[in-house]
Amino acid sequence: MLCQECNMRPATLHFTKIVNGEKTEFHICETCAKEKGEMIPGTPNGFSIHSLLSGMLDFDSSTKSQSPGHSGPQNLQCKDCGMTYAQFSKLGRFGCPSCYQYFDNRLDPLFKRVHGSTNHVGKVPVRTGGRLKVKRQIDDLKKEMQQHIVQEEFESAAELRDQIRELEKEMTEE
Amino acid sequence: MPNIRFTEKPLSDWMRGDAADSEIVISSRVRIARNLQHLPFPMLATNQQSAEALQRLTDILQYDDLGGFGTFHTLKISELDEIDKQVLVEKHLISPNLANESRNGAVLISDDESVSVMINEEDHLRIQCLYPGCQVREAWERAMVIDDAFEAHVDYAFDDRRGFLTSCPTNVGTGMRASVMMHLPALVMTHQINRILSAVSQVGLTVRGIYGEGSEAVGNLFQVSNQITLGQTEAEIIENLHGVVLQIIEHERSARERLMNESMLRITDRVMRSFGILSYAAVLDSKEAAQRLSDVRLGVDLGILERPSTAAMNELNVMTQPGFLQKSFGDKMNTEERDMYRAKLIRQKLGTTL
Repeated sequence: MLCQECNMRPATLHFTKIVNGEKTEFHICETCAKEKGEMIPGTPNGFSIHSLLSGMLDFDSSTKSQSPGHSGPQNLQCKDCGMTYAQFSKLGRFGCPSCYQYFDNRLDPLFKRVHGSTNHVGKVPVRTGGRLKVKRQIDDLKKEMQQHIVQEEFESAAELRDQIRELEKEMTEE
Repeated sequence: MPNIRFTEKPLSDWMRGDAADSEIVISSRVRIARNLQHLPFPMLATNQQSAEALQRLTDILQYDDLGGFGTFHTLKISELDEIDKQVLVEKHLISPNLANESRNGAVLISDDESVSVMINEEDHLRIQCLYPGCQVREAWERAMVIDDAFEAHVDYAFDDRRGFLTSCPTNVGTGMRASVMMHLPALVMTHQINRILSAVSQVGLTVRGIYGEGSEAVGNLFQVSNQITLGQTEAEIIENLHGVVLQIIEHERSARERLMNESMLRITDRVMRSFGILSYAAVLDSKEAAQRLSDVRLGVDLGILERPSTAAMNELNVMTQPGFLQKSFGDKMNTEERDMYRAKLIRQKLGTTL
């Protein structure tokens, strides 16, 4: 597709502009985009959630002092998809599920800022979340057992204790 | 040839029925983002990898009815023309993001168009359920059933601490975005809207124009949705949103009552003028059409006008969008032509043939 402005260079930027609910599609080359000064998502003039996020991530890395000799967060890399932390901070998006593991110790401040929290408490999938489901079950049983102990219902508490042991055994055997 | 019947009529079957609080809440929507394990997210996936994701996810339709919500139809984005894609966006069946995605993007749409499942959008899988009126709980329950149906056949990318892993950090955890589209003309007229919107943002919710990120609210339509996806359960997110929406409904109702008590003549005049303009105008730009349609919708809700019906109003909101106009009246048109055809279409719908 050729640039709709100059009709010479190939269009490399495709975006939709919405003004007062009126949508216009643009297919233009980078040179014309710069000349026209159009709002391009991801640039300082434009607004996108990703540019906003990458702003947060840059802020995050600049506030942490890096001791010399240590590899900074910018050198972190996901071994599965090859995404570096520097790329992640620029794009504001992960490359693959493993990025979460490789960048893990850098993510808490980001999640705190975006969600006010760092840990998932919601739905657990049956196939890939089996262990977590058992862990949550054990936590619930422990709470229940404590209540029985407080109310001096030791027989019920002992029953729950056995159930907890059984579940814990299952988990270590896996 | 792809099945494009979904782009032929403006109103999805799910929007026809009457629903709770539908004079203020247009629709409720729940979207869930999921990804497959061991595959890069669509942004980084090779052509082969995104084709694999598409294959694995569409294969499920052969042996699962996805929770019994009727037949699902698969549309590959690369096989659709530009206008059909735009119409699907205007009907909220696909996102603008997916419309621009040529690499193995697809959508599965249920018969009544209340469920659409996007494949290879920002995430491998985005399940979306739409309900009329204030039925965010129902939409959530339905989305969960379809989620379970997919999960019975594929391994999702999930982490004990972070929950469902998504391409964008703003969706991680539950991967769930619940939103409610509201028509709030009285709150806008009485200048209370900003106060309410800023209060809403303080409880982890966000408000946007109807076509999503970056667009302003046209025709007094606002979309309220959850901002937080990590650290709250799905039920908490839904209850929080539902509770706030009920409060906004109450505020809008009392603002309407006050307007009727204190300035009935002026409101009636405004509604009738808008009805008159929509009935006889020869040219209507999209902003004016949206504003006048909002006045008329309010007029019907307040009993000032007897028609058009809510279904007809919903239909007009979609039909007057650029994609649909081009679909109805011919391929390419400039802004002026669009404004002319928009006016013509509204006149026809309101029963005048001038």
